[in-house]
Amino acid sequence: MHTQNTRRARLVTGALMALTLTMTAAACGGGDSDDAGADGKIKLTVATFNEFGYEGLIEEYNAMQDEVVVEQKKAGTANEHQDNLYTKLAAGSGLSDIEAIEVDWLAALMEESDAFADLSDPEVEGRWLDWKAEAATTEDGTLIGYGTDIGPEGICYRSDLFKQAGLPTDREEVATMFTTWDDYFAAGRDFVEKSDAAWYDASGATAQAMVNQTEYSFEDEDNTVIAADNPEVKAIFDTVTSLSQEGLSTNLVQWSEDWTASFQNNGFATMACPGWMLGVIEGNAEGVKGWDIANVFPGGAGLWGGSYLTVPKQGEHQEEAMELAKWLTAPEQQIQAFEAKGTFPSQPEALEDPVLMESTNAFFNDAPTGEILAERAEAIEFIPHKGPKYADINTAFQQAIQRVDEGKESADEAWQSFLADVERLG
Amino acid sequence: MTLDSSPVKVLGGGGDPTGATASPAGVRPPDAARRPPSAWRRRVSRWDATFSPYLYVCPFFVLFALVGVFPLIYTAYVSVHEWGLLGGKGDFIGLDNYARVVEDRYFWNALRNTLSIFVLSSVPQVIIALVLAGLLDAQLRFSSLWRMSVLIPFVVAPAAVALIFGNVFGDRYGLVNEMLVAIGFDPIRWHVNTAASHVAIASMVNWRWTGYNALIFLAAMQAVPRELYESAALDGAGRVRQFLSVTLPLIRPTLLFVIITSTIGGLQIFAEPRLFDTQGLGGSDRQYQTLTMYLWELGWRVRDLGMASAVAWLLFLIIIVVALVNLAVSRRVGTLGGRR
Repeated sequence: MHTQNTRRARLVTGALMALTLTMTAAACGGGDSDDAGADGKIKLTVATFNEFGYEGLIEEYNAMQDEVVVEQKKAGTANEHQDNLYTKLAAGSGLSDIEAIEVDWLAALMEESDAFADLSDPEVEGRWLDWKAEAATTEDGTLIGYGTDIGPEGICYRSDLFKQAGLPTDREEVATMFTTWDDYFAAGRDFVEKSDAAWYDASGATAQAMVNQTEYSFEDEDNTVIAADNPEVKAIFDTVTSLSQEGLSTNLVQWSEDWTASFQNNGFATMACPGWMLGVIEGNAEGVKGWDIANVFPGGAGLWGGSYLTVPKQGEHQEEAMELAKWLTAPEQQIQAFEAKGTFPSQPEALEDPVLMESTNAFFNDAPTGEILAERAEAIEFIPHKGPKYADINTAFQQAIQRVDEGKESADEAWQSFLADVERLG
Repeated sequence: MTLDSSPVKVLGGGGDPTGATASPAGVRPPDAARRPPSAWRRRVSRWDATFSPYLYVCPFFVLFALVGVFPLIYTAYVSVHEWGLLGGKGDFIGLDNYARVVEDRYFWNALRNTLSIFVLSSVPQVIIALVLAGLLDAQLRFSSLWRMSVLIPFVVAPAAVALIFGNVFGDRYGLVNEMLVAIGFDPIRWHVNTAASHVAIASMVNWRWTGYNALIFLAAMQAVPRELYESAALDGAGRVRQFLSVTLPLIRPTLLFVIITSTIGGLQIFAEPRLFDTQGLGGSDRQYQTLTMYLWELGWRVRDLGMASAVAWLLFLIIIVVALVNLAVSRRVGTLGGRR
């Protein structure tokens, strides 16, 4: 009997060990070598976040030449991608051959421009809008990123919910309603009285749109932090937090699971809509009918997001990667990306292209998204300044708004703790 | 309290290198006496006796030095310097990083959260695992099936667990809240309320680790001689009494092992709270930011590796203290059970 027990104990131990071994093996399996595939081609990786609209383009690139095989790595959110980027920059290895970066963290990465290959090349000079290329160029003329898209914003809305609440549904008519923030919020108060849905998707998103319309929000020209004393920042905070108490906001956090789910649950009726958001909405709201986009943005115009492709110096195939980045960010390719996921081109040549101007989006009730966003881009009068601390302070700002939305703190308390957070960031 | 016949020694007994050096001295090859061996052969054989045992155990120590000791010392070195994530090493600043960490209110907040989540996860985990193992140890039909099935949660990657539970515990559209509302309760704000968020995170940890610990307990229980149960039964002990007075004292080494490892794991908890929301800072008010998440925030968001290393060392010390307390408490518990 005793031996039987020992045998049984051994069996269990054996099973445990086998399991541990399998898991170790599985964990080790992840680190495949990034070099040549079976057919001797060089393997290139492109790391992006959200939707860049590159799936079709990469297939095309793989088919049109025999030297490299391109693979895309997609992160779900920009945050996730940023964390990964910093970790591997610090480690000195592990980055993809091409890494996308967002304009919000560009300034912080410009301080590490040594880590990125200089992409300047007479061939691509003048390809981008001046300010787009300038932002990624260091003082000594190093270009660390090729511009992909920019984020001119319209207002996306649910025409079916508008109809139920007795608001106009036609996109031309809607466009006349929202020229100022006051009008937009007034329409919202009217709407929430007649509907179960909230007016906009997240307080943080609306605050973000307003911050993006402020030339100097958290940092001034010399990158001195002014967030604590800037009356414009305080005004945005006060507006947004008081509106969520009036029920205009879903009180959800952008990119959270509940936020994603609210697209399927008639959670809200409008949202600030940069070009790249079209792809996000289409993905989250799959099967929902009634989305449309109006050629208007409260307060005139605004830019939200927009990205670059960089080639980290730690990559082994920088030359090939640069070739690929050059190809991906060429006007013809960027127009295709726009048609796929709505990422609006940053190349003047693409902006004049009839393909772009005539492009429509079936999900958004066949709206002429190309024409609308081009007009939204033209209305932009200045580019907001974003220094190296922008992204960190913005996170603290968004969290402060979230604390009020969640009822964790009153607006005053949240503002005070935001000030403490800014101080902590130094 | 005396611990003379303590089975605790079994735990550390396996890797004792000094015991190995004594034995080979007396063992000589039988043919050694046949003809006088050359000086060279004698020397080699002496070396063999002296150094081989060290050679046999050295892979472990080399590995341990590489992945255990070196990072520990290097982290201490980083923690007394200004050290940017991307910028690298700066000036030597002594204990300034430690002072800044201790002065930061988010450090204390993270410590509170960590201890709270640790208690909510480790305590029920060990108790439920013990009970489960006790049930699995009984003669059951399809016992292998039951035993394997308690391990299934452990096979799922923690990130996947966090994503699934993140949805289950959604504040507005989550499964748990929809069920609560359906049976007439108020929804719980899992991502807002501090206590609720800790419960949600602890339940992820428990779901993942309880079965694993139960199997370890089971392995120990199977080695308990059945005769002891028979004599206990003859003495009139019921199943509960048998469990408390026979099983528990005899699996005490394993019990200590599980308690120590779950202490370490519990205090280092990261993946579950990190992935509980998409921002990874532990909620709008850092309701569920744990110490490792705080370390991560300092290192990768604030990009200050010096401060992050200081947190790592503080965490190391905290774990040692808590583990020692646990060791003392659980030894006492086991011994009392044995004395009864």
